[in-house]
Amino acid sequence: MRKSSGMRVERCKGSRDLLPQDMARFRRLEAVFRDCCLSRGYEEIRTPVLEYLHLFTTAGTLTPDMLGRVYSFLDWDGWSGERVVLRPDGTIPTARLYVDNLAEQDLAKLFYVENVFSFEETGQETRERWQCGAELIGGTRPVADVELISLAMEVLSKLGIEAVEIRLSHAGVIKALLSALELSSQERSEILNQVLEGNVGALAQIKPQAPEAQRALSLFFDLAGRSSAFMKNLKSLSGAALPGLGPGLDDFIGIAQMLDSLGYSYQADLASGRDFEYYTGLIFQLFVGGAKVGGGGRYDDLIPLVGGRSIPASGFALYAHQLMDLLGTEDLPARRRILVKAESGGAQELRSCFDIAGRLREARCVAELDLGGRREADFRWVLSVRAEAAPLLLSDRVAGERFEIASAAEVLKILDERCN
Amino acid sequence: MQLKLALPKGRLLDKTAALLETAGMGFAGYHEGSRSYRLRGDRFPHLQAKVFHEKDIPVQVAVGNYDLGICGLDWIEELTVRYPQSDLVKVQDLEYGNGDLYMAASKASGISSAQELGTRQGSWRLASEYPNLAEAFALKLRLSRFVVFPVWGAAEVYPPESADLALISQPAADRLSDYGLVPLAPILSTRAFLIANRNSWEAKDMAEVLDLLCHCRMDVGRAESQPASAADVPRPPAPEEMAEDAVWLALPDGHQQAPTIRLLSGSGLKIQGYSPLSADRRPTVDLAGVRVKVIRPQDMPLQVANGNFDLAITGRDWLMDHLCRFPSSPVKEVLDLEFARVKVVAVVSKELPVDDVSGLRELVRDGRGLRVASEYVNIADKYARDNHLSPYKVIPTWGASEAFLPEDADLLIENTETGRTLAQHNLKIIDTLFESSSCLISTASSLEHPAKRGRISSIIDMVRSPAALSL
Repeated sequence: MRKSSGMRVERCKGSRDLLPQDMARFRRLEAVFRDCCLSRGYEEIRTPVLEYLHLFTTAGTLTPDMLGRVYSFLDWDGWSGERVVLRPDGTIPTARLYVDNLAEQDLAKLFYVENVFSFEETGQETRERWQCGAELIGGTRPVADVELISLAMEVLSKLGIEAVEIRLSHAGVIKALLSALELSSQERSEILNQVLEGNVGALAQIKPQAPEAQRALSLFFDLAGRSSAFMKNLKSLSGAALPGLGPGLDDFIGIAQMLDSLGYSYQADLASGRDFEYYTGLIFQLFVGGAKVGGGGRYDDLIPLVGGRSIPASGFALYAHQLMDLLGTEDLPARRRILVKAESGGAQELRSCFDIAGRLREARCVAELDLGGRREADFRWVLSVRAEAAPLLLSDRVAGERFEIASAAEVLKILDERCN
Repeated sequence: MQLKLALPKGRLLDKTAALLETAGMGFAGYHEGSRSYRLRGDRFPHLQAKVFHEKDIPVQVAVGNYDLGICGLDWIEELTVRYPQSDLVKVQDLEYGNGDLYMAASKASGISSAQELGTRQGSWRLASEYPNLAEAFALKLRLSRFVVFPVWGAAEVYPPESADLALISQPAADRLSDYGLVPLAPILSTRAFLIANRNSWEAKDMAEVLDLLCHCRMDVGRAESQPASAADVPRPPAPEEMAEDAVWLALPDGHQQAPTIRLLSGSGLKIQGYSPLSADRRPTVDLAGVRVKVIRPQDMPLQVANGNFDLAITGRDWLMDHLCRFPSSPVKEVLDLEFARVKVVAVVSKELPVDDVSGLRELVRDGRGLRVASEYVNIADKYARDNHLSPYKVIPTWGASEAFLPEDADLLIENTETGRTLAQHNLKIIDTLFESSSCLISTASSLEHPAKRGRISSIIDMVRSPAALSL
């Protein structure tokens, strides 16, 4: 019989391994996010990785292009043709979860740390992404929108991520603009498709008949504002040339005023709106050093679209895969690490090793048994277990000292003295 | 330098053969009824050609098994709409083999435009030989809920009872009304295309062959004639066929049709219009409350599972393939009809130094992947998995599977009556998976249906009669 050649199996294209260093960063991000959410009264949920495709087609909030990149397949009982998908998004399943389980609640403050899947053809980018998401179902606007921005900013601040740029847009204003422009149906659907694929700037390309409308449009899309005054200026100008914008602009102004008073700086840029179809009101995006690290907004139509009652909702997600790369490992909380080894390897010594290591762990030390493959030099503290009168020998390799001691309690005492 | 060309069987064969002949690249064995798949011309000894089912050609060219291929635009789009990164280059419109793909609905449904689909509630069922194009259509229209039934053929007979919409290929839109269908949206105008593998196109000198093919295409294109309309016009569904508790019986077309006709005539079931000469896919039966459609046997298990048919005459091979894919499917065999007996076998090239499956297992231990070609994708997948033939890939084929060995596949899961055809193609059987014959299939919910079970059991009894089975 020929021997197996030990064929190398490669990682799936477009996927990423998270190594110990990555996981340390991931867990830190997750811990800060969970802590911030829990302290504001949000509750953690986890939705299944598999959902029916029709959840996402029914919601009508993903574009055909996005739906064309969903990982979908027939399950083993899928002879009816009902496809299941690896969830491409965290918000729509949360809306489904709410309608399924929590529909009687007038306010649901939910958060999750979940992976989402979407095909990316080059395989250069990861097709599985992790998100830290928070969804606020119910609640009054615009304070709910501001609460979400402040939650997202608190998480980033606690992670030590500075210079976060907030970009605001407003789907209600964009939609009102579209209907105020009196486009031909062909024009309208072409523009809408471009906008839906993420190019809200396409709106600025429209050349409306009326010169006032054209000038107004350019003021809406060519400029960005830095305070609520910008929106107020737009509102005073839009009245005649672009009717119907009032309610959207009022909402936008309300949010901006609150952000102004809380001291957040932001850029109000209507052309920055992404995933426009999803949202009904505020759209916000967070950037660090030019990279988008998160975003969200208001989607008041979503819960009714997936079969629930009419209830407002908004939410956001932070992109863990982007944020992890911004986090250092040096500031991860260090725990005292000790290598525990049996001097001669006798059965009695080994039993003592297990016993003492257990006690050290109870005191929140990282106690590793010597399994070979670790260098003593990698540890400050090495504890040798011996069959002698003083059965424990503790070495402090930093100070170059040795202590002959009798019990785990003494080990901890020395560690406390030396480490503080 | 060797150049490999993939040529179509079926509807494009005559025109393609004429094109090659005009270009001075004629292949002796490339004609209707020929059994040879591997072709070599006299004038271009470095040019090898192989004959495939048209649907296989874009895949074979995209994966690089062939440098060039000729097939319809419909099958190219069916691949690239799902896999836009496919290594395919559309080189030249050959201007023959015209046809149009339409999304169509039954006249009885009252739908007259695609826009109406988006505004209606409920789930849409789309039947098509082009499942990827059908799905892209549904997504683009933002249908809120839909399922796609991929079928091997006869999609036009599915609406309105077994599907709401059918994406079908027709030479002309007015033919649709013969099936009782109305076109909702044109999907694609198809023609024969010359395609190339992207890497071959970028790096291989194919100019001599390309010159000849591209210069001759005009002449062949001009000779295009409208296909003669079928002598026997298909019958659209009559309104009374929509009755709620009708018992639906599916009868096979193709190879299984002749023995099925003999079985039915022996059983005393009188079915009118069920003949290989008839284009009618809705024959009539002299039993009240029983309706018949003629569809492909491959599609029957899925259709019975979904309750679109209560009874169907298909092969055990297709039932097994369905159950390998959907183990908890409610479809079961209710009667062995004992005709169309074949063995489903594992086949390799005679050149391969392997006599059984354990030999094959040894062979793949070196880590080079095994390519398993089959029309029975799910049986082939299970066979390779159960026999630990990893790593392996299953290559779905649409007929003429024996042509895949040895160049384009290593193992073939295929049916055979005598094994003679396989031997003629220099192939050998290394394992028998199971024996298949025609069978009657149904589901418990049909068999126990209070309003239908009487009619269903009388059909089963008639077919079971010794007079029927002895024929």
